[in-house]
Amino acid sequence: MIKVQEQDFEIGAELASLTDGNTAVGGLGCFVGLVRDMANDEQISSMTLEHYPGMTEKQLATIEAEARDRWPLQDVLIIHRYGRLEPGDRIVLVATTSAHREAALESCHFLIDWLKTKAPFWKLEESDTGENWVAARDSDDDAADRWSGTATPKI
Amino acid sequence: MQLLYFGWVRTKIGSGRETLDPPAEVTDVRGLVEWLKLRGDGYQEALQDLETIRVAVNQEMADLDAAVSPGDEVALFPPMTGG
Repeated sequence: MIKVQEQDFEIGAELASLTDGNTAVGGLGCFVGLVRDMANDEQISSMTLEHYPGMTEKQLATIEAEARDRWPLQDVLIIHRYGRLEPGDRIVLVATTSAHREAALESCHFLIDWLKTKAPFWKLEESDTGENWVAARDSDDDAADRWSGTATPKI
Repeated sequence: MQLLYFGWVRTKIGSGRETLDPPAEVTDVRGLVEWLKLRGDGYQEALQDLETIRVAVNQEMADLDAAVSPGDEVALFPPMTGG
């Protein structure tokens, strides 16, 4: 399930909704991304996320389908926020459920790595010295590329 | 043609969305970008380094050689920073 929203989400409730009533789930993997207070040695007062409505949902659905193709997953949940956020605020939640831990943990890692470089979001940081668009990092490309080699065998 | 700009491409151009009618000789993204750069300093500055520009045609990622036609939605933006 894909949710692109301005409002916050409650981690516990979201994770519980993935597993409640489904006793075939043996493991749940999750990642929560938050706004950090420091960037490039500067104190950040806010981060505003801009996205491409329409394409964002399509890209996230494609990424979800790719994860489901690679691992035997019961469920996938991606919640990505946009708008103005402050340090400590939650930005993104990725959660996956499967019969076994390997699929849940690996697919979760895969999803957040792919989100970094393939989801159409852009981040504007505000600090004492002004506004600054967050640049894409080569290390994020490398992290995403790590998954593009041979497909992980289905467990 | 619907043009959409995001991130610093948007702030340099000074607009997030516009409807334009490029001339008939504009048939691909590369031609479109070269034509846009003639529209003013903001466009010139935003689009001067094509290495830093990513493109979507009708909400699908595309490259500079992708075809464009009058009814298309074309988005130009910096590398994405999701997550």
